[in-house]
Amino acid sequence: MSTNPWVWVAAFLTLAIYSFLYKDNPVYRFAEHIFMGVSVGYGLVLFWYNSVIPRLWEPLVKGTEPTRFFLLIPILIGALTFSLFVPRYSWLVKYTLAFVVGASAGLSIPLSFETNIFEQVRSTILTRQMLSGWGMVSNLIMFIGVIVTLAYFYFSMEHKGVIGKTARIGRIYIMIAFGASFGYTVMARVSLLIGRMQFLLHDWLGIIK
Amino acid sequence: MLLYLLFVSPPVNVHAYDTPDDAGGSITVEWSPPPGVEVKFYEVYRSCEGGPYEFIGKFIGSLHSYVDKGLEDGKKYTYRIRLIDVNGDTSEFSMPSSPAVPSPQWFKKGKLNLFIAVVLYFGFLIFFVQSAKTGKRLFIRRIAGLDALDEAVGRATEMGRPILYVPGLGTMGDVATIASVNILKPVAKKAAEYETPIIVPNRDPIVMTVAQQVVKEAYLEAGRPDAYREDNVFYLTDSQFAYAAGVDGIMMRERPATNLFMGMFYAESLILAETGNMTGAIQIAGTDAVAQLPFFIAACDYTIIGEELYAASAYLSQDPKLVGSLKAQDLGKAILMFLLLLGSILSLCNIPLILNFFRTL
Repeated sequence: MSTNPWVWVAAFLTLAIYSFLYKDNPVYRFAEHIFMGVSVGYGLVLFWYNSVIPRLWEPLVKGTEPTRFFLLIPILIGALTFSLFVPRYSWLVKYTLAFVVGASAGLSIPLSFETNIFEQVRSTILTRQMLSGWGMVSNLIMFIGVIVTLAYFYFSMEHKGVIGKTARIGRIYIMIAFGASFGYTVMARVSLLIGRMQFLLHDWLGIIK
Repeated sequence: MLLYLLFVSPPVNVHAYDTPDDAGGSITVEWSPPPGVEVKFYEVYRSCEGGPYEFIGKFIGSLHSYVDKGLEDGKKYTYRIRLIDVNGDTSEFSMPSSPAVPSPQWFKKGKLNLFIAVVLYFGFLIFFVQSAKTGKRLFIRRIAGLDALDEAVGRATEMGRPILYVPGLGTMGDVATIASVNILKPVAKKAAEYETPIIVPNRDPIVMTVAQQVVKEAYLEAGRPDAYREDNVFYLTDSQFAYAAGVDGIMMRERPATNLFMGMFYAESLILAETGNMTGAIQIAGTDAVAQLPFFIAACDYTIIGEELYAASAYLSQDPKLVGSLKAQDLGKAILMFLLLLGSILSLCNIPLILNFFRTL
């Protein structure tokens, strides 16, 4: 059995969280609030030292001119968030949000086009190489799967007739993919459970070596 | 003549130029080995603005180019190279390269096809939005999971219990989060009309601020600004599992009648959905996280799958702008299906025209 008090604390908190499997109880609530409180505090410190200091404060104080003054723009945009605390000027936060949402969408749209469309289409288009050997079966299944799945997610037509039949095959494809994904992810979750059990039985109790 | 043979010839054709299609700060150096010399290593030296040459790296003999990064834009750099042959003999320095100046480029030519696709898509988008604005009726097929949203909000009202709306763990950079925020508005509006409280715990402070504004506007549009409670749209924590623990706690204590999980989810998806299931709430989940969808399908009453999530806001609100964007997406999908078929036929006939279009550098 461990003599390290921190191992005992971690074991107690692990069991407290697991107690939720029985029902909601004061021990779980205690662990839940500690977990959230600590994570918020830790996140704040991490953000301060990994983002604010190296990316904002140091370049602003030690950076070269005039580039360092450009940092005043994000500072101003960020500061507008605090206008929420003054109801009369809370509308100013919309500028921050417009900037963040616009920039995020602008950055993610081309990236999504490249990774989700271009890469996928290029890998799906059949070539002579893809239709040689045993890989042919797999590649054909994938090709048909992409077409019918796209048909399933086509919203401009009722799922009737040819489109309906194609979409139904698409649905089967999707369910097969989810089944495979479910099995794969469950295995990953089981490994997480094993990790926790190992901590309890090995690190804490020392029952298993 | 004998003296000449004792010396190892230096590399030739040393050529430096601004690296094309980059964000600046880099120069590409190329060189050729001298004829008849078996090279083991090359040593590259750099001079900035006519200053002394400094050693920047030693490279294997098969390498004949190097991309020098971290340079200052607008300054002149020259390079010279010497080699070490397989016998360990070092050559003289090569002739210095002509000066090269690093600079950023506005366009990356290798992504021109991507640019064309994005512009085309936005063309479709503008066309359909304009069509929808003129009052033209654009058809969208029934989506079962979304039809259930009304039922779910109504159920919470009947039971006199709140609605829990979880916008996921993503940031505003995730398309699923943007879709989630769009769905939040019609849901909050309905909740305001029915006078049912809506609880929105957030993991990201920016998403929280956006969610607060969206819910506030929804209450305003429903004519119930007085019923809006800012404290019901709050920040929980940034940590994934602490967030899951917090949301679980809310489900057990507040006992919402309806749980809506919309957005980006990771490993906590099943923890959330299972807890909601334990409380007996009606649950609707929507995400484009493929690995999490099976868990939602297993533990929720309805699941909105991937693309359906993007369509949801248009479907629910019937807002011309959103319906137009959905139509543009559909046209994009139809074109992709066509290009996949045509591209495959052409590629099998040794005409990789469409296949090459989808290559980006």
